[in-house]
Amino acid sequence: MTAPTAAGCAAPDQAAPLPASLDLEKETVITGVVRSDAGEAVPGAYVRLLDSTGEFTAEVVTSPAGQFRFFAAPGSWTLRALSRHGNGDTAVTAARGINEVAVTVAS
Amino acid sequence: MSRDTALVSADWAEKNLDAPGVVFVEVDEDTSAYDTGHIAGAIKLDWKTDLQDQVRRDFVNKSQFEALLSERGISNDDTVVLYGGNNNWFAAYAYWYFKLYGHRDVKLLDGGRKKWELDARPLVRDAVTRPATQYVAQEPDTSIRAFRDEVVAAIGTKNLVDVRSPDEFAGRLLAPAHLPQEQAQRAGHIPTAISVPWSKAANEDGTFKSDDELRRIYADAGLDDSRETIAYCRIGERSSHSWFVLQELLGHRNVKNYDGSWTEYGSLVGVPVALGDEPGEA
Repeated sequence: MTAPTAAGCAAPDQAAPLPASLDLEKETVITGVVRSDAGEAVPGAYVRLLDSTGEFTAEVVTSPAGQFRFFAAPGSWTLRALSRHGNGDTAVTAARGINEVAVTVAS
Repeated sequence: MSRDTALVSADWAEKNLDAPGVVFVEVDEDTSAYDTGHIAGAIKLDWKTDLQDQVRRDFVNKSQFEALLSERGISNDDTVVLYGGNNNWFAAYAYWYFKLYGHRDVKLLDGGRKKWELDARPLVRDAVTRPATQYVAQEPDTSIRAFRDEVVAAIGTKNLVDVRSPDEFAGRLLAPAHLPQEQAQRAGHIPTAISVPWSKAANEDGTFKSDDELRRIYADAGLDDSRETIAYCRIGERSSHSWFVLQELLGHRNVKNYDGSWTEYGSLVGVPVALGDEPGEA
């Protein structure tokens, strides 16, 4: 795993530790785990970050342990997860630093 | 160009996995996705190591492209079907690249890897090797590639389409939100550019919206059909997706992708930058 760089645009490994260079005084990290309604982590789910108007902002694929992570800005966001087990939405009001959010998917 | 010639469905792909003369190619920036499972028979191209010059910030040149395709076993007569993750961003970039070097028959798999996975269609881990070919590329078709001077000259005269997210357009974010935000370039957009996020053209499962829906999206955003168009994003892959929609699905003429995009423009000295949600003045 290498830290994501300006040259790249692909979603980085969602299970990797935060890059050491990351300044949590400045970054707004929205992170968490996607679970099924039975409480099991869902790997390979597509998690979409939608802005306050519902417009798409970014998308990542969850790690084997169901983890996802976004670098956003303070404000209101919606997380929407798509998976073979169903879909789910969670609203989040994010502040600078790390914001932990759980998303549940159900068919 | 039209949807019938530029796009194939997942159903079509599944029926044509073994069809002679059809080569499936997965394109990603991070090819670990391919290694954990890929469409049967598909080879991989790495956006960063295969399609970019490793020293200068530029494409691989004609002879490098010929060497790459020859080594991977793609011939001039093959139908190349591209797909990938990130809603086909990098596959669309590769599509544009294949067009730039004059490949005759290239198509995008609608929905890419995402739809394929969500549909629970089969993926395999088998190593794929194809016999080497003698690929011959054409000279690059710069009618579909925009460079920085032309972009600066286009302010207030051509359609500039910024396909990044609204927050990147306005200058509130500097990168797509799955990446850290500390970047060298200034935030904002090219003055007079309209904001049409690439994602408006795609359904949630990564497939493209219908032609009627697509036409309405660009018309509502104020795209002037009578003018030439330049699309840009941050590094040129999301704008390849929108270039594909405008030129290959909707059949617009004179659409260019500015692959320098915001990482170049936002670092230029002395060029105008607009902030906020409005296009801004020339």
